[in-house]
Amino acid sequence: MHQFTIAEIIRGLRDKQFSSVEITRHLLDRIQQLDSNYNSFITVTGEMALAQAAAADQRLAAGEAPALCGVPIAHKDIFCTSGVRTSCGSRMLDNFVPPYDATVVEKFNSAGSVTLGKTNMDEFAMGSSNESSYYGPVKNPWNTDCVPGGSSGGSAAAVAALLAPGTTATDTGGSIRQPAAMTNTTGLKPTYGRVSRWGMIAFASSLDQAGPIARNAEDCAYLLSAMAGHDDRDSTSLNRPEQDYTLNLNDSITGLKIGVPKEYFGEGLSTDVAARVQDALNEFEKLGAELVDITLPHTDLAVPAYYVIAPAEASANLSRFDGVRYGHRCDDPKDLRDLYMRSRGEGFGDEVQRRILVGTYALSAGYYDAYYNKAQQVRRLIKQDFVQAFEKVDVIMGPTAPSPAFGLGEKKSDPVAMYLEDIFTIATNLAGLPGMSLPCGLVNHMPVGLQIIGNYLEEARMLNIAHRYQQVTDWHKVSAPSIAEAAATEGE
Amino acid sequence: MEWEIVIGLEVHVQLSTKSKLFSGASTRFGAPPNTQACAIDLAMPGTLPVPNEEAFRYATMFGLAMNAEIGRRSVFERKNYFYPDLPKGYQTTQLAEPIVGSGEIEIHLEDGSSKKVRLHHAHLEEDAGKSLHEAVFESGHGMSGIDLNRAGTPLIEIVSEPDMRSAAEAVAYLKKIHSIVTYLGISDGDMSQGSLRCDANVSVRLKGEQKLGTRTELKNINSFRFVERAIKVEAERQIDILEDGGSIVQETRLYDSDKNETRSMRSKEVANDYRYFPCPDLLPVILDDDYVEQLRSALPELPDAKAARFQSDYKLSAYDADLLTQERASADFFETVAKQSGEPKLAANWIGGELAALLNREELSIGESPVSAEQLAGLIARVVDNTISSKIAKQVFEAMAMGEGDADQVIEKRGLKQVSDTGSIEKMVDEVIAASGAQVENYRNADESKRPKMMGYFVGQIMKASKGQANPQMINKILKEKLDALL
Repeated sequence: MHQFTIAEIIRGLRDKQFSSVEITRHLLDRIQQLDSNYNSFITVTGEMALAQAAAADQRLAAGEAPALCGVPIAHKDIFCTSGVRTSCGSRMLDNFVPPYDATVVEKFNSAGSVTLGKTNMDEFAMGSSNESSYYGPVKNPWNTDCVPGGSSGGSAAAVAALLAPGTTATDTGGSIRQPAAMTNTTGLKPTYGRVSRWGMIAFASSLDQAGPIARNAEDCAYLLSAMAGHDDRDSTSLNRPEQDYTLNLNDSITGLKIGVPKEYFGEGLSTDVAARVQDALNEFEKLGAELVDITLPHTDLAVPAYYVIAPAEASANLSRFDGVRYGHRCDDPKDLRDLYMRSRGEGFGDEVQRRILVGTYALSAGYYDAYYNKAQQVRRLIKQDFVQAFEKVDVIMGPTAPSPAFGLGEKKSDPVAMYLEDIFTIATNLAGLPGMSLPCGLVNHMPVGLQIIGNYLEEARMLNIAHRYQQVTDWHKVSAPSIAEAAATEGE
Repeated sequence: MEWEIVIGLEVHVQLSTKSKLFSGASTRFGAPPNTQACAIDLAMPGTLPVPNEEAFRYATMFGLAMNAEIGRRSVFERKNYFYPDLPKGYQTTQLAEPIVGSGEIEIHLEDGSSKKVRLHHAHLEEDAGKSLHEAVFESGHGMSGIDLNRAGTPLIEIVSEPDMRSAAEAVAYLKKIHSIVTYLGISDGDMSQGSLRCDANVSVRLKGEQKLGTRTELKNINSFRFVERAIKVEAERQIDILEDGGSIVQETRLYDSDKNETRSMRSKEVANDYRYFPCPDLLPVILDDDYVEQLRSALPELPDAKAARFQSDYKLSAYDADLLTQERASADFFETVAKQSGEPKLAANWIGGELAALLNREELSIGESPVSAEQLAGLIARVVDNTISSKIAKQVFEAMAMGEGDADQVIEKRGLKQVSDTGSIEKMVDEVIAASGAQVENYRNADESKRPKMMGYFVGQIMKASKGQANPQMINKILKEKLDALL
């Protein structure tokens, strides 16, 4: 049952092949047996999941249930879940149980989806390897000596290890797409504002955006249909009606103009990854698309601009974690300053502290113009690059990450090397554009991701393009060898 | 040496919106601690601010009333600092693009003169909570309590140019702000509850000098009286230092009203760097022409316009008109009395005289007056129609203040109706003349021109005999006839 895609589960539940309780129990068992290998969950909500599944089965029996009713999923532990610990991967929130649900969670709950648990992540979503989690690193199901990417490493690994058919995730600089690429899953970061940020613990407010990770584009379309939509509680939420993203999956892509930015194929990109991406582009040509060389001239400025803007926003967003009202508080503070210093010093890990310091510095008197203001100017130039490109092409394609998954610990002590992991994904966050990653081949038995960048609000078109590709290729169906072997011995 | 005091004020006005600036929690004053703070006010993880339209409306109305530019695009910024009563670790405020730009208002001084004070800008921001350092816990242990009921309450901070030259001007400016915000109904303006708070930037310089002196910022001045005293005592302190050859340190000082002195609030930390930057959770707020024009056309009549109208419609003096229009409640009270009694001048005199004295004595605002405008109008009507004399009217007024009812009820119950019956007045006149042989003799012998003055004695005796209730005009007439008949 764990091999079923969301689309298959939706059909199976309606055809009464299995009940929601059955598949939920199966996946909970599987998580219990296998997740110690991957550490993709921080919290498993078994009891709640089974209760939700039972309720979903009743709704399904009564008919008229929403598409995702009874479908088990997992939420990144950045989304607040009422009554369930929401840690954001941090010691700071190890004791935090929110009294409210994030809008995303609320939407899935009202659709009748089942929450299996909360997935592991880099602390406060800061990282590209899922090694900064207070709950330990997530291991890549394709090779447990490798990272799964980050910050949504748990959400990606859980899907790749067939522990959940789909998960929610967030992407501030590539945190959905890069782990999707490294785990052979399909992930979509929607247009900024498409999905409500209410109840999603903020890293960098102007860049954060929630999206799905699943096994293919069709499943992502189901998940996005449930997640997206205007929310009065988020002022930056776009005022667009909800829509069914599965409706246009099979549209023709003949005549599609695909922009191929030369900057995405230069220095820093592994030649093997480049080759796999080129294979995918060739496949699109066969589907009737046209490849157009384009240029995004300010690409090399994206990482430096991002590492000013994101930490600057984070430095303020994380000020609320002060040990006063909730979260970690140090023992026996001797005065207010001691309370702040030790609560935050103990509660936050190294990478989070590093970014708070960088952001605080960038906003300081005398440095603001040189860093924060300059970075905002660069941000406008990057956005302009895309606006100009989209005058000529329908979508942009390139690699998601410069190389396949790297070894655990390999880049942990080199922040700059780690930051360059997001070199191809960050620009879309700065511009607020939707981006997605889908499997497009293997390099040394490790997955490679193709990135699709769409114009604003073009998620349906992107999912359509990805779906058409996945109808003629099988990369997304390939499971990690250990998972596939286990499945084979189970004899399913 | 002649010194000139230079003052600029920063006035915080709490807007009387139903809910907070970025959350739906109530802003009501005086609720038990932390009962009016929602997840947003507590800065719980993942919560987000949503701006309150009512606060924008109020701030825009204020800007229009100050003849100021309205920021068609206003941007919230984060002002970062750590304090336990600041839940997010930053205050959401405005800096580079505030809702209200530069403007100008006229202030009126006690000597009847007026002057213009320029507004630098006014911006919207959220208030912080309160730290309670008294022993809030039974167990004590030197713990502090935090009450976040006030956290997120909308404020406008109104920043003047350094245009005021005396404590009296500063008070007049503050009163004008108070008057405008209460006229607009955007704040209750209650200084005792902190709805209107004031910091003063004070410096001194030699008269004729162009350059501004080093200023100090006075905090915590929470009444009109303290504003005046704090500025005076601070200016004196600065002048003493400068005359002794010293120099002023730019710093924040706290006014201690018990000791009537200011003292340095210098904190141990170095200068604060608030690291302002635009709040990424909030988009710039754009106000279009329609919105602004609609508010402009719906503005109520403001104090200056009302004072001018009172002068022309009711023939009041400029002084009376200014006094009566300072507070919207007193202007409305006056207008009701004037219209119902048809006697604006008497209405102004009564409100400025007996009523003001009563309210002062009882420490009440005009809104809490025990004598209503309708009741006062009824009393004036009885004076005008000679039912009672002005003197008796004061008695009736006191009785009304004690809750004895309307003027007619008091007059009836206490039998204060003026005696206008010719027969009984003639009788009283005859009795007094008969009992005052010597005075009558003097009157007869006096020079014609001195006689009117000499009538005063007789009138007084007759009034006394009638317990003040005899109609004075009739006494005069009858008395004169009777005395003249004796000549």
